[in-house]
Amino acid sequence: MSLIEVKGLTKHYGDVHAVRGLDLSIEQGEIFSILGPNGAGKTTTVEILEGFRTRDSGSVSVLGFDPGTKGHESREWRNKIGIVLQTSSDAGDLTVIETITHFSGYYSNPRDVEEVIESVGLQEKRAALIRNLSGGQRRRLDVALGIIGNPQLLFLDEPTTGFDPEARRSFWSLIKKLRADGATILLTTHYLDEAEALADRVAVINKGVIVEISTPAELGGRSTSQATVQWRDGDQIKSEKTDNPTVLVSSLSARFNGEVPELVVSRPSLEDIYLEMIGGVDE
Amino acid sequence: MNKIPSALQLGIRRGGLEIRQFARQRESVVFTVLFPVILLAIFGSVFQDTIAPGVTFSQYFVAGMIASGLVNTGFQALAITIPMERDVGALKRLRGTPMPASSYFIGKAILIFVSMVIQILLLLGFGVAFFGLEMPTETSKWLTFAWLVLLGSACSTALGIAFSIVPKSGRGASAVVSPIVIILQFFSGVFFVFTQLPPWMQQVAAIFPLKWLTQGMRSVFLPDSFASQEVAKSWELQTTFVVLLIWLIIGIFFSVRKFKWDRD
Repeated sequence: MSLIEVKGLTKHYGDVHAVRGLDLSIEQGEIFSILGPNGAGKTTTVEILEGFRTRDSGSVSVLGFDPGTKGHESREWRNKIGIVLQTSSDAGDLTVIETITHFSGYYSNPRDVEEVIESVGLQEKRAALIRNLSGGQRRRLDVALGIIGNPQLLFLDEPTTGFDPEARRSFWSLIKKLRADGATILLTTHYLDEAEALADRVAVINKGVIVEISTPAELGGRSTSQATVQWRDGDQIKSEKTDNPTVLVSSLSARFNGEVPELVVSRPSLEDIYLEMIGGVDE
Repeated sequence: MNKIPSALQLGIRRGGLEIRQFARQRESVVFTVLFPVILLAIFGSVFQDTIAPGVTFSQYFVAGMIASGLVNTGFQALAITIPMERDVGALKRLRGTPMPASSYFIGKAILIFVSMVIQILLLLGFGVAFFGLEMPTETSKWLTFAWLVLLGSACSTALGIAFSIVPKSGRGASAVVSPIVIILQFFSGVFFVFTQLPPWMQQVAAIFPLKWLTQGMRSVFLPDSFASQEVAKSWELQTTFVVLLIWLIIGIFFSVRKFKWDRD
């Protein structure tokens, strides 16, 4: 059985139908990314899975449990999941280690506090007050608090917003390490390169339904779409779309007698495909 | 697989964490703990006469200060700080962990009780040292004092948590909560002698716990002969107990049923 199973999920706020009949299944051990413009129903869907919101109809199972259930059973369930939310700027008067140690006390089988601090790269800040951390360091703390309970399933909501490129790269390797340790990760992000670098599969949500679920390389027929070959011919940049870029490049190579000036062979980026799928930039 | 820690266990741990966090916010520590002392210093210096033979205004005022300290430290502080915690996402984060709501409430109750005890010790020490405050000598009065502080602090905590659902944001919370508390203090005879207030004010005040807490505290700090000067010609301790208990239950009910972890 899948780790997360969603069938016919709907949710409305007043007249706004945020989610209208959404189906989704996420397998054990994968990094699954949900993409979609603001207002597409992304956050609503994820928050229903996290047990933060109620649904109107449809069935939802997360780790074999209905997140809408209350009471002690939901504690047992929360013991097995980790959530890294979008905004948080709390507990400024505690130190990194105090906070992580305290949160580790909420779970039955927490990870080792020192190990978690090291894995998010906060060793040098372990005794620092949270309010003195930079934005990126704070985000690392958020992740540390999300994984301290040793979750089978980790929700990551826009985890690298405000990171510099270097911090993002090291964050990505942290996420891959977590997956290698056996966690399943549900990632929502605005950054398509992030989804491409991390996700095994991506789902594009628009207007409350899933538009497509696929690997990042195959999304929207990307892997089979025409390639664009571009080169310099005298003082002109020329480009041509083709199904057979290799043939074109070798004929160009023959024409230029070896090296083709400023040669670029490209396929549509994930961003191109994505923008096409959600129907324009201004959604 | 180990078991998840119990709600009480986590509540006690949260209490420790809340105290540690609070102790590091120096401004609020000073304000919370010393404010009643400062008020006593002002009122004690201004009103130096006696309100009855052998009873100084300070003696009367200390009862009111302890009672309203319970309201300020519990109800007011929580109804303002919880919306702030909600604004910064702290509550939503907690909601995502296996920590139950009851542990969060227990943690707050511990924080309020401990800061109340410190506040009272300082106030009494200061009163005895500088304003001729006389401490009760009978054991029964100290027992009354103990259950008043315990029940009052629990009641104030529960109502503060319950009222935290009212302010829409942390920024606006103070504007919503503070006027209520100040008006209640005037109506309940904290700053004035209660029996000298207009009857309608007395009747309004009798609905709310502060009047009863203040009256209960007077039974501790004023001579028993003074009871005849109360509205009902007695300290009405049983009624006080019942009123506080009812408000405690109301507070717990709304805290459990309506507590908001998230802004929307």
